[in-house]
Amino acid sequence: MSQLSTIAGRAGRRFVSSLPALFGVLVFTFLLMRVLPGDPAVFFASGPTAGKEEIELIRKQMGLDKPVPEQLLRYLGDIGSGNLGRSLTTGQPVLSDLRSRLPASLELTFSALLIALLTAVPLGVAAALRPNSAIDHLVRFICALGVCVPTFVSGLLLIYAFYYLLGWAPDPTGRFDIFTSPPPQVTGFLLIDFALARDWEGWSAAARQLVLPALTMALFVVAPLARITRAAMLASLGSDFVRTARSLGLSRRKIVVTYALRNAILPVLTIAGIVFSTMLGANVLVEKVFSWPGVASYALDALLSSDYAPVQGFVLLMASIFVLVNLTVDVLYGIADPRVSVE
Amino acid sequence: MRDTASPLLAIDDLHVAFSTRRGIVEAVRGVSLAVARGETLGIVGESGSGKSVTAFAITRLLDAAGRITAGTIRFRGEDITRASSKQLRSLHGAAISMIFQNPRGALNPIRSVGDQIADAITAHEPVSRQEARARALDLLKAVLIREPDKRLDAYPHELSGGMCQRVMIAMAIACEPALLIADEPTTGLDVTTQKTVMDLVARITAERGMAMILITHDLGLASRYCQRAIVMEQGRVVEEAPPHELFSRPRHPYTKRLVAASPTATSTIADLAPPAEGGDAPAIRPASAPAGERRRQPGTPMLLEVQHLVKRYDGLTAVDDVSFAIRAGESLGLVGESGSGKSTISRMVCRLIDCSAGEILFDGQAIGSLPARDFHRSTQRKDIQIVFQDPTDSLNPRFNAFDCIAHPLRRLLAMKDGAALTERVRECAGRAGLPFDLLERFPHQLSGGQKARVGIARAIACRPRLLILDEPTAALDVSVQAVILQLLDRLRREDDLALLFVSHDLNVVRMMCERTVVLQNGKVVEQGESQALFTAPRTAYARTLLEAVLHLGGPVAHPAGEMTPAAT
Repeated sequence: MSQLSTIAGRAGRRFVSSLPALFGVLVFTFLLMRVLPGDPAVFFASGPTAGKEEIELIRKQMGLDKPVPEQLLRYLGDIGSGNLGRSLTTGQPVLSDLRSRLPASLELTFSALLIALLTAVPLGVAAALRPNSAIDHLVRFICALGVCVPTFVSGLLLIYAFYYLLGWAPDPTGRFDIFTSPPPQVTGFLLIDFALARDWEGWSAAARQLVLPALTMALFVVAPLARITRAAMLASLGSDFVRTARSLGLSRRKIVVTYALRNAILPVLTIAGIVFSTMLGANVLVEKVFSWPGVASYALDALLSSDYAPVQGFVLLMASIFVLVNLTVDVLYGIADPRVSVE
Repeated sequence: MRDTASPLLAIDDLHVAFSTRRGIVEAVRGVSLAVARGETLGIVGESGSGKSVTAFAITRLLDAAGRITAGTIRFRGEDITRASSKQLRSLHGAAISMIFQNPRGALNPIRSVGDQIADAITAHEPVSRQEARARALDLLKAVLIREPDKRLDAYPHELSGGMCQRVMIAMAIACEPALLIADEPTTGLDVTTQKTVMDLVARITAERGMAMILITHDLGLASRYCQRAIVMEQGRVVEEAPPHELFSRPRHPYTKRLVAASPTATSTIADLAPPAEGGDAPAIRPASAPAGERRRQPGTPMLLEVQHLVKRYDGLTAVDDVSFAIRAGESLGLVGESGSGKSTISRMVCRLIDCSAGEILFDGQAIGSLPARDFHRSTQRKDIQIVFQDPTDSLNPRFNAFDCIAHPLRRLLAMKDGAALTERVRECAGRAGLPFDLLERFPHQLSGGQKARVGIARAIACRPRLLILDEPTAALDVSVQAVILQLLDRLRREDDLALLFVSHDLNVVRMMCERTVVLQNGKVVEQGESQALFTAPRTAYARTLLEAVLHLGGPVAHPAGEMTPAAT
């Protein structure tokens, strides 16, 4: 129990100490959006023939005529009251836009991370158990391949192979095929919502839509995870306590899994947290290739049309998720390593 | 030799080679030895003698680069030299087990000690988890751990080094092996802990009729706990005899050198003198009297005065109201066990860390209030220099020996590169006994003793008046330690250098220091003339410390001595 409370205390302190960073992100994105080229008022005027008066009117409506510090204050006040602004392209409040799109991104990222971990950890362990063997070289080759092929290329290749040539995968057009009716929305995660509704047909349809994009993203991050697993495993297999375990005649399984791998998993956990955050923000290419209705493609569209509010909302969302992920990794670390709770 | 029964373990002409980047290195070259049931055999030697490699070859725990190239290892009459990994697994723990040097590192940091002991039991016996846990508790009691039921769920980082070693012993004896191999089991532990741990191991092996191979560099340890000892040098056995015979009448020149270099209760710095080795160090001026007997005029002013020094780390008082003083040219020893605050005091005196309260007067000037961060700019920086414990880690790996020694000259005396600097560096190297042709080498190309000389040459480069030595020989072999101690003593006499000597080795402090301060839990327990303190300690703690020191030729305390060796 006391261990749990120390972990909670640590998590709380970490959260508080990350608040200034969040604030910094807010101010930075606000300023960044103001120096980017493009005038939203011109963009949203009725057409190229719009007169100066009309543009001025739009400016006033958007608050763009006020001095920058005042705009910033108003922006901060809005965020404090949960108002992230309204997207000019979709006409919806940014908050509800993000809320409807975030689950799609999260589901994709979680699945990809799961696939990546399930592949990378065994690969890394296999490579570490026989360093410089054929297996080790094979793993190294797979990792190199995963890293050097950009996601949009590997995504298109997968579509070409599994959809066009083999016909195993459904057409890459978002989270549903047109014949599936969406489940009653509970979490926004289709796999969970379909399971809750006991609609297994819908579940497998959603899963089939998910496999290719998740695989594409997983391919890209297998390399860092597998390499870290290999290095950490090598270090812990060469450590004194593994030697002790061998000197006591423990079974090979126990030595590899309980002694070596549980110690080696700690750095993998850290990297997995970083990889997760990176994937969430960087999966815009995958979302575009697979027409996935996620937050990244939403933010990109908004950026291209000088639509400030969604981009700011997106950056703020990413920063918050980054903080959350770090917190989670911290808590997991505290559970996995008893030494961490001692400060 | 007792050959009444067939020996438990017999090694015949063992060769072990390591493949390294510089080719094949033979670490063990033809070792033959035998261990009878219930016997304790000591293997002594310095680093690189192949004693640990021999142990790891017996248990086949050599790392991947090491290979047995020739010879046989027989255990209970059976050849195990090429045993399969399955055979080895059933031997490990159940028939042969090991205790290692670094107890904290030898335990899994993220598994509770109870679980680890239970793992050792369930590896060989089909018992339930509860039963294994109950037996783990019994084992913790057997190794005399206080509050064993609480410790069962503790993690290694929550236990002291001595406690970790007890847990390691509990794991090693869990399945009642016939042979226990202890590889430097007490190196790095405090003297008092060392004694209790070794007494425990000796008692357990005697009670359970286990044979033991005790691998150590400490002749005192071997002579106290072994019935027979072998001396190894460069992968070969050079001498074998009962320890008191071996150490009182050594026959082989290497054993003679080793025995001479080991400090005893009565030896002086001059006694440690090994025969001059290849003109490496300049001839040592014979010291007519041990350090303690030299007297200083009472009028000599104090060079360093430490008054009511306190250091607190949030909530924990590491140093609590410590006062002492050193005259110019005097040597003062700080002794105590780990956690006594001796290293913290030395760091505060040389102004590497700040003190929480108290005053440090150097040459009458208060230096304690200067922030440690800014002390490098003070004029006293060059007067107070330090020699660190780890000769490797305290040298910049990207600096060659010349740059290491020149660094303080460039920084503190603002000397420019040129003939004068080269001359000064060569002078320091010469005084520290470092041959000039080694000056171009980088730390990893130097031996431990040579690195220690670089560290000393660097410390004396600015001609300091106070030299702080933080366990300067703890990482060195005894023969190297002897030479380094003589070097330090000579430098002190030549330069009228004051020494603050921090060490856990009481014999070394007795020889090196005129006065000694005994610390316990951050407080001064006793201080006075070394001679008086070491012959007649006034406090119980100082007496305990002194009694824990193992002397060569001291009484053999092995309880198994009373037993018939063949009893199992």
